[in-house]
Amino acid sequence: MQDHETNPPPGAETRRSGEVLLEARGITKQFGDVRANDDVSLVLRAGEIHALLGENGAGKSTLVKILYGALEPNAGTLHWRGAPVRISSPAEARALGIGMVFQHFSLFEALTVAENIALALPGGTPLRDLAKRIRSVSQDYGLALDPDAIVADLPVGIRQRIEIVRCLLQEPKLIIMDEPTSVLTPQEADQLFLTLERLTAEGCAILYISHRLEEVKRICHHATIMRHGKVVMECDPAQETAGSLARLMVGSAVHDLKRGAQVAESAPRLELRGLSAPPDGPFSVALQDIDLSVKGGEVVAIAGIAGNGQGELFDLLSGERRAQDSGAIVIDGTASGHLGITHRRRQGCGFVPEERLGHGAVPGLRLSENIVLTRHGTGDGLVRGGMLDMGLARRMEQRIKSNFDVRMSHDDPEARALSGGNLQKFVIGRELDRTPGVLVVNQPTWGVDAGAAALIRQELIDLSRQGSAVLVISQDLDEIFEVADRIAVISRGHLSPAEPAVQLTRERIGLLMGGLEEGQGKAHHAA
Amino acid sequence: MRLELEKRAEHSRTMAVLSPLLALLLTLVSGAIMFALLGQDPVRALYTFFIEPLTASWSLQELVVKAAPLILIAVGLAVCYLSNTWNIGAEGQFTFGAIAGSLLPIMVPGFETPLTLPLMLLMGIAGGMLWGAIPAFLKIRFGANEILTSLMLVYVAQLFLDWLVRGPWRDPEGFNFPESRLFSDAAILQPLADGRMHVGALFALLAVIAMSVILMKTLKGFEVRVLGQAPRAGQFAGFSRNKMVLFAFLLSGGLAGLAGISEVSGSINQLTPVISPGYGFTAIIVAFLGRLNPIGIFIAGFLLALSYLGGEAAQVSLGLSDKTTRVFQGMLLFYVLACDTLILYRIRLTRTFAPSGKEA
Ligand SMILES: Nc1ncnc2c1ncn2[C@@H]1O[C@H](COP(=O)(O)OP(=O)(O)OP(=O)(O)O)[C@@H](O)[C@H]1O
Ligand SMILES: [Mg+2]
Repeated sequence: MQDHETNPPPGAETRRSGEVLLEARGITKQFGDVRANDDVSLVLRAGEIHALLGENGAGKSTLVKILYGALEPNAGTLHWRGAPVRISSPAEARALGIGMVFQHFSLFEALTVAENIALALPGGTPLRDLAKRIRSVSQDYGLALDPDAIVADLPVGIRQRIEIVRCLLQEPKLIIMDEPTSVLTPQEADQLFLTLERLTAEGCAILYISHRLEEVKRICHHATIMRHGKVVMECDPAQETAGSLARLMVGSAVHDLKRGAQVAESAPRLELRGLSAPPDGPFSVALQDIDLSVKGGEVVAIAGIAGNGQGELFDLLSGERRAQDSGAIVIDGTASGHLGITHRRRQGCGFVPEERLGHGAVPGLRLSENIVLTRHGTGDGLVRGGMLDMGLARRMEQRIKSNFDVRMSHDDPEARALSGGNLQKFVIGRELDRTPGVLVVNQPTWGVDAGAAALIRQELIDLSRQGSAVLVISQDLDEIFEVADRIAVISRGHLSPAEPAVQLTRERIGLLMGGLEEGQGKAHHAA
Repeated sequence: MRLELEKRAEHSRTMAVLSPLLALLLTLVSGAIMFALLGQDPVRALYTFFIEPLTASWSLQELVVKAAPLILIAVGLAVCYLSNTWNIGAEGQFTFGAIAGSLLPIMVPGFETPLTLPLMLLMGIAGGMLWGAIPAFLKIRFGANEILTSLMLVYVAQLFLDWLVRGPWRDPEGFNFPESRLFSDAAILQPLADGRMHVGALFALLAVIAMSVILMKTLKGFEVRVLGQAPRAGQFAGFSRNKMVLFAFLLSGGLAGLAGISEVSGSINQLTPVISPGYGFTAIIVAFLGRLNPIGIFIAGFLLALSYLGGEAAQVSLGLSDKTTRVFQGMLLFYVLACDTLILYRIRLTRTFAPSGKEA
């Protein structure tokens, strides 16, 4: 970085006049019948955090992939520091000084953190030196990372961190971040914002995609809003409210959630009784003596910082991993800890995991085939005598698509061709379509736009009001307070007793997340 | 200037079809160069190798005889590879199937009933399954790498066969040749016409049809694809990785065993120290050249069978070593795998950028 000495002092005025780093003019990208980008123009300046906003499928990821050379536009030109350039591969983008943090991770699970980072750097750096650099950069920016950890063992929040550090190591001039905070905890996000502040002070430009409008207001200096592939408006987010931004994105107001009255006391449908499980890998968390009961008619949320046992708990609830004690998990009165996931689905349970690509859906299979993935054993008639009824699967796909407003470029695409938020709507819609008696959802609105997030949350509440038990695992406190009737907090494998949401404050949840009351029993409250 | 591989946004369906054809073309070109270096007229040599065998009725029959085991084994292997299970030892399962199926005609030569042949075939299948079950068990129980175990078991099976025909199973009236006794008529798969083509070819055809249906239309086939592409999602679907490993090995082992006993009963009519020109290994090429798709495998099976006949022809009329067959097969596999890269990547010529300071 040669222009260290010309750091402009922070402040919106100077930033608006910062040097133009990258300019895109008239970018158009067609996918089948869908025009994902339609004559999009964008100016990115040094020292500026530039927000790119838009509902799911608006074309944000498509645009940034074009800027990064990962996709080729059908029309339009790019200019780097005023000179026209052709960025035809990510390697060329990196050579110019453009770094990117992807919405979906591009990490090799079997390799260590350092090895993954080495793959993205120009060859020749010995792994040991690299590990040192990783440590120093990650310390420096407050994004602690262990270079020797195997990626497969790390929770998503940490994986996101790897992507960010990998990007920082290339000392880029322009950093593109596609929804970097959607999997971070509030604390981690705050840390990231400090990093971003510092980078812009050093003269970096940042293009920032997020559905969290509050944080956009807080940290971004300028915003470009897209709708249906077109730029509809540019504005200064500080001058807007979250509500007005959402309206600009969706083109109409986002409705508030309707809670409806909780159904009168009913029997517990999902119960955990002293559920414990040893860690199943070197970086996995042990679950310790978890008690929880979710009644029909209520939504219970589990709050907590990523990597405190949420993934492990989900695997045990879904039956992907069996519990040692069959009585530790009781579904509608039946001891079910020893049963596998298909069996539990037959009991009326539905599950939505955190990672949608590769866990909740197979990237290379069509949506209709991905319906078979979770519903082949649930008596929907998809399988008769071992034979698949793909016609029925396609009809179900159509139904889920229209009920849950899943937008796609052509009929029945491969799961990987869906935008992130639309895929999330699909994997949740697939389960809600069955009206499950017990629904367990991990991070229900990760990467979903404000309008769709409201839709999903409303569906979760509505499902519970029909008499189902809904368990939501989430890091997003706003979300938790919107949907939950009762809230429990998970910390280092311990679960606090669930308490009515109206009696809890954010501060208390924050303390519980930090594990302050661990092992002190129900009687104690934080001072 | 340098060549660079760039990832495509979606996998290219055109390249999926074109890649095997391109591989074939490159193989032919390299073959022509090789023949020229050996001092042959490349056109005449390629004609002898690839066209001449197709001009006579006996050699067309021979083509079917060689294609049948290749296809039978390769459709089984396709299920393995689609499910991300790496059975490299079909040659061993073929051999052990042949041994197990030959128990009856060699140990109880007097047992000549209409039941003899079906029993032999069933025992052949069981033998192949048993040999396939060993690497599956080692993988499930101890996490042993199935590539190594299945490959090593090939040599065990081959040496076991060698020992049998030189020792306990040697024909008492065979002038000390290392061969078993000849099978009785009741133990021989009948020819389909008057020639070498026998019922074994029908097994291959049936296997292709059955496997197409299984892979495309059944839950089992779906399970194979899901576990192969995204194991975590497979677990989420309630499919068991371990059961799939066992299933894939039993299926491919059984089919290889059937191919083994069919070859022995239909073509050789006795056990000899060597019963296969490497069918089990060549079938790996067939499986990949056929895009792990039963119909594709059917076509690829004939192509590779042709390379065997061509090798023999080259030996007879050009005086070349029969190793040319192996060379051709090796080149073909190499090019197929190389061209497959083009399905997910495109090649691009890029200017090299002036190295910036940090790269130095
Ligand atoms: N590889 C692809 N093939 C076909 N269509 C695609 C492909 N990638 C994206 N699309 C389509 O282009 C449109 C824009 O998708 P994009 O991923 O850019 O949305 P996004 O704004 O990033 O949404 P999100 O907030 O949900 O991530 C969507 O309709 C999507 O279905
Ligand atoms: Mg996106």
